[in-house]
Amino acid sequence: MRKRIGVIVNPFAGIGGKIGLKGSDAPDTWIKAQKVGGKKEAPIRTIQALEMLSPLKDNIHVITCPGEMGETELRDAGFIPEVIVLNNYNLECTSAEETKKAANLMVNMGVDLLMFVGGDGTARDIYTAVGSDFPVIGVPAGVKIHSPVYAINPRNAGEAAIMFLRGLAPLKEAEVIDIDEEALRAGKVKAKLYGYLSVPEAKKQMQGIKKGSVSNENAGDIAAEVISQLEQDVIYIIGPGTTTRSIMEKLEIPNTLLGVDVILNGQLIGSDVNEIGLQEIIHTLNRKVKIIVTPIGGQGHIFGRGNQQISPRIIEMAGRDGIIVVSAKSKLFSLPTFSLFVDTGDDLLNQKLCGYLKVITGYKDYIICPVKS
Amino acid sequence: MTREKIRNFHQARWDESFIFEMSVPGERGVLVPQPEGEIEQELGSQILGMLSRKKNPDLPEVNQMKVNRHYIRLSQETLSGSDVSLNISQGTCTMKYNPKVQEHIAARHQGLLSVHPYQDPSTMQGLLEIYYSLESYLKEVSGLDRFSFQPGGGSQAIYTAACLMRAYHQSRGDHNRTEIITTLLSHPVDAGAPSTAGYKVITLLPEENGVPSIDALKAALSDRTAGILITNPEDSGIYNPEIDKFVDAVHEVGGLCFYDQANANALLGIARAKEAGFDMCHFNLHKTFSAPHGSFGPAAGAIGVKEFLVPFLPVPRVEKIGENYGLKYDCPESIGKVRSFFGNAPLIVKSYMWIRQLGAEGLRQAAITAVLNNNYMKAKIEKIKGVAIYYKEQPRLEQVRYSWEKLKQETGIGSEDITYRAIDYGIPFYHLSHHPMIIPEPFTLEPCESYNKEDIDEYISVLEKCAEEAYENAEIFHQHPPFRAAGRLPVAVENEFEGMATTWRQFKKRYLMQETAE
Repeated sequence: MRKRIGVIVNPFAGIGGKIGLKGSDAPDTWIKAQKVGGKKEAPIRTIQALEMLSPLKDNIHVITCPGEMGETELRDAGFIPEVIVLNNYNLECTSAEETKKAANLMVNMGVDLLMFVGGDGTARDIYTAVGSDFPVIGVPAGVKIHSPVYAINPRNAGEAAIMFLRGLAPLKEAEVIDIDEEALRAGKVKAKLYGYLSVPEAKKQMQGIKKGSVSNENAGDIAAEVISQLEQDVIYIIGPGTTTRSIMEKLEIPNTLLGVDVILNGQLIGSDVNEIGLQEIIHTLNRKVKIIVTPIGGQGHIFGRGNQQISPRIIEMAGRDGIIVVSAKSKLFSLPTFSLFVDTGDDLLNQKLCGYLKVITGYKDYIICPVKS
Repeated sequence: MTREKIRNFHQARWDESFIFEMSVPGERGVLVPQPEGEIEQELGSQILGMLSRKKNPDLPEVNQMKVNRHYIRLSQETLSGSDVSLNISQGTCTMKYNPKVQEHIAARHQGLLSVHPYQDPSTMQGLLEIYYSLESYLKEVSGLDRFSFQPGGGSQAIYTAACLMRAYHQSRGDHNRTEIITTLLSHPVDAGAPSTAGYKVITLLPEENGVPSIDALKAALSDRTAGILITNPEDSGIYNPEIDKFVDAVHEVGGLCFYDQANANALLGIARAKEAGFDMCHFNLHKTFSAPHGSFGPAAGAIGVKEFLVPFLPVPRVEKIGENYGLKYDCPESIGKVRSFFGNAPLIVKSYMWIRQLGAEGLRQAAITAVLNNNYMKAKIEKIKGVAIYYKEQPRLEQVRYSWEKLKQETGIGSEDITYRAIDYGIPFYHLSHHPMIIPEPFTLEPCESYNKEDIDEYISVLEKCAEEAYENAEIFHQHPPFRAAGRLPVAVENEFEGMATTWRQFKKRYLMQETAE
């Protein structure tokens, strides 16, 4: 049977970039962008990715959305796609809702891989629609590309899609990260981890030979090293992320991927706990506290991004020696200046946390990383 | 600048099968003579019965002429090695010229050819004298007190160093030293070998100046530190100017310091392990000392130590007793053998010859020339459009890790594209980088002292030409190779463990989907 691939384009992705609008999640920014001469970048980038797929043209069945959400680009690239019907589709103004609806529909139509074109906002929409398990690949076109679900350029996205369809690229989970655009336009940078998407791990295709490509990494190795050091009668606060999840999986304890859990002597004593909940647990049990966290990919924050539940007060209770940082090497090496960052909201605490930390990067394997605020 | 002549290279392309696929049952290359009657009578059937295989090995049955033709054709499809091409490509590997007189002696001298490791030392005095003399030269080059030539390669020498550290600490009743420190841009074996030896490995990252900071080292040190294994200059070609402070800090917590000098080409006669305070070092005789690289063997990693570590060195050791040379096995604190017998003798002989030919001044001149060549090349390459140099402000010694990051951004053509294209101009595939790759689109070059200005200029001209093509005619990189023997390997297959097939059995299993019975 021919492989089926779904293509969804957010034609407005990237439109704000060149005119300095810092993103285009809200429809009124599109109009503003077009008025001041913003050009649609996404269709061009879509075609670049599709050109890589053209050798397989006769062997794959492509399903896409009407108009600039995919059909136009596919026809320009020489494909004859099957076009789905979107009830509220408006040629002038496609929205996040259409993206989600289309993604849902394509998954139900049995596509093997979903290729989407956009930025961080688009990745969020795809994640909302298909969750963490469905194979997808991002073609970068947006202004904000913080999420490693995107290939480094459109051609590489096309190559990764080919590798996946040929069975040569296994899937890995990559972060969906987005910045609050309203806050950004007001001059504040606030990044948030929204979830994970499954993307093909054709290493060079996804990342080029860029900083940080590491072969044969295994989160289980990191988990094994952490577990070999767990102490009795110590409260462990487990931060969000897939690396920390692997520890919980190895301990066979249920885990909250995007939340904070607490364990003691191999047992779960708190699930998806907020700051007050953490304080209560520590206060009630009156035991030594340690915190296990992993940096956010691409940025390096170990505190203050996506884990604000672990507040300055909690961090103070654990102390600097009570912080255990775990990370895949590839994640560390892709950080700018290989540095970890703290942004706890408490300047004095940030200062105290700065210096060097020993990060667990594998079984019996550590890297010394600078911590900055 | 006028461009050095670029040669258009057109490689032989033979449509060769695997030797296994050429097999014809019953065909023979050599008819092995039957044992003589007397031997047959003495040993024959009994031993054969005991030792012979239950099932014949899956070896190809091919006649002599076909074997000969096959391997000659394969050799025409290769490009690597300093005898065929400008092997400036293999940065960090020190691909110098292997003087042919060495091969002539090592392969033909009857006194060397007929030596067997089991014969009595009194009957191989000449070879042992060469061992002893080479050791005394390396002692002078490093400042250290004893050497062992047993390790069959650099990685094995580094593994030996990790074992020596353990033996030393344990001899003092110190059993808690389970951690070894290294740096990210040291050779990856400085992390891999201690890991194989059972240590926890702590890696230091380069700071903005390209080398790790002393503060990062201090964060790694503790009473669990067994020692540090470090390369200097690192892979980047940058020499850590604070190396003495590193050594002092490790010694302060009771750890030992091992200097990975596999490639010591920038430092011969210039700087020694001893003066930097190191307790141990090793030299790859097949790099710095001109013996050929064996391509995963046979090689020679000579490991040197200070006096207090001598008791732990591998056995046997070559000793001089009076006017005679002997092999000493009785060393109760020794870590034992890391390999059978006493090392790869042909490489010892070749390195000995090289040092004898050059002399002390010659070694120093080799280092100076290697550093000069590299800096000449760097000055030219950094002017090529699309090239970037990380940690640009830092001086370089014998090698540089460059980056085509800018070229990739501007043209979509990356480091692998360039090196495949350069083959069409007769330049062998270059070394990108050791893992992990922290410099994007990397390529690492080392024009050691063997190459003259004309050679280096030709190499630079090829890179210039390829970069020009990337800006003006990028399509050419996506076309099928017109002149080279092989197309591009599919990257996923090349880089993933699951895709590798290093034996015929593995190949059948992974690519032909045939299970073979054990």
